[in-house]
Amino acid sequence: MSVNENGEFRPLIVAFCCNWCSYAGADLAGSSRLSYPADVKIIRVPCSGRVNPMFILRAFERGADGVIICGCHPGDCHYSTGNYYARRRMTLLFSMLDYIGVENGRTRVEWCSAAEGAKFSKTMNEFCEKIASLGKNVRLGDLRCKD
Amino acid sequence: MQGLIDRLTALLNDGTVARVLGWKKGDMPYNPEPAIFNSAEELKDFVYDGFCGANLSKMMIEATKLEGKTAVCLKPCDTYSFNQLIREHRVNRDNAYIIGVGCRGKLDIEKIKKDAKGITEISGTELDGQEKVTIKTIYGDKEINYTDALLGRCHVCKGKEHMIADETWGESKDTADQERFEEVQKLEAMTAEERFEFFKNELSKCIRCNACRNVCPACSCRKCVFDNTKFDAQQKANVDSFEEKMFHIIRAFHVAGRCTDCGECSRVCPEGIPLHLFNRKFIKDIDKYYGEFQAGKDPEAQSPLTDFTFEDIEPGERG
Ligand code: SF4
Ligand code: SF4
Ligand code: SF4
Repeated sequence: MSVNENGEFRPLIVAFCCNWCSYAGADLAGSSRLSYPADVKIIRVPCSGRVNPMFILRAFERGADGVIICGCHPGDCHYSTGNYYARRRMTLLFSMLDYIGVENGRTRVEWCSAAEGAKFSKTMNEFCEKIASLGKNVRLGDLRCKD
Repeated sequence: MQGLIDRLTALLNDGTVARVLGWKKGDMPYNPEPAIFNSAEELKDFVYDGFCGANLSKMMIEATKLEGKTAVCLKPCDTYSFNQLIREHRVNRDNAYIIGVGCRGKLDIEKIKKDAKGITEISGTELDGQEKVTIKTIYGDKEINYTDALLGRCHVCKGKEHMIADETWGESKDTADQERFEEVQKLEAMTAEERFEFFKNELSKCIRCNACRNVCPACSCRKCVFDNTKFDAQQKANVDSFEEKMFHIIRAFHVAGRCTDCGECSRVCPEGIPLHLFNRKFIKDIDKYYGEFQAGKDPEAQSPLTDFTFEDIEPGERG
């Protein structure tokens, strides 16, 4: 989280993007001069299936206000099936987060191909707005990680 | 119980097995502990009564590495864990001789202690014992219905059939009288605010003793993430920190799809935290989204988290 010079809340968003589709999608968004908020910090992973639930919880602990996981469309995974496993894991994790009473809306999964620069930029804009409206992440943070 | 001891003695004497994994008398009348018996002589301390809740299947990981067969006494619920360990290639089935022991539910000493302090002796808890348990205390005798002192897990028992056994011993009694997912459903029906308070309250009691992990048959990784000093799970953080919940979510997640709902974690927690509420939530979700699945029922079955279909629902969607 940060606060800009106007005292306005700016969320910190962590985006786990798979190397083969979504990261390339983000690249395309850039080279097509489509904008997405600077609040989004991209972490490149080999595959959405690489995203351990702990990565997500850790990101929150260390101050992220929202976490989004982007991977190839089902059926298009570079490793054939990684995103299918990710889909099951994230379904269960998000449901668990909701169950223990932390806001479910702070997490999201989006499938985005290397050709979908526009979708990438739109998704990030939407997600940032959503998180900005939810406000600062309090429940998922760890006091020991505060600066 | 004598019948069981006789049978175990015979197995040891005729060389079918080299040792027996069972329970031996503890220092109190209500805390028998898992033990290895190497000879018929040693079996004099063997016990199988209402307090033998401990699931011995995890100990078979090490026991089946030893020379010769190990006989192990498994209750119906323990056999699910054993099957799951076979599935994960953690036990050597060929080195195990499984005696499926009957069960009429296991007792929760905390429930008994509520109105019986200073216990010196407890009788009537054997498999063929009475409907009422007699408790001798330094303040006089007490009686309690066996069924009123059952462990929570026995009220939602998966059934008295052994999923795997070389032979069985003893008559079981049905104990299931509650809905398995009732507690989870109740929580789901609350508001997010109420759920958050509920879990905060429960988890703030955790002293991070790791007993839940150590007892869990599904937690058998040689290197556990919680032993990593960088995980900072050894030291508990403040109650308003997410770290409180992190440990439990991650542990439940690591056993998701493999947890047989054996109930050991909730049984051993010294703080009485209802840990099954995490595991059962995952089981309920798995049943709902990916089809009913009972870990340990079939040692060949594919775990739902190492499987997928093209039509799986998207994360965040409520089916
Ligand atoms: S869950 Fe069932 S089999 Fe296991 S101890 Fe309880 S009553 Fe016995
Ligand atoms: S057994 Fe209970 S107190 Fe110990 S670490 Fe597990 S939840 Fe915490
Ligand atoms: S998580 Fe608890 S109920 Fe599940 S297998 Fe482990 S000890 Fe048994």
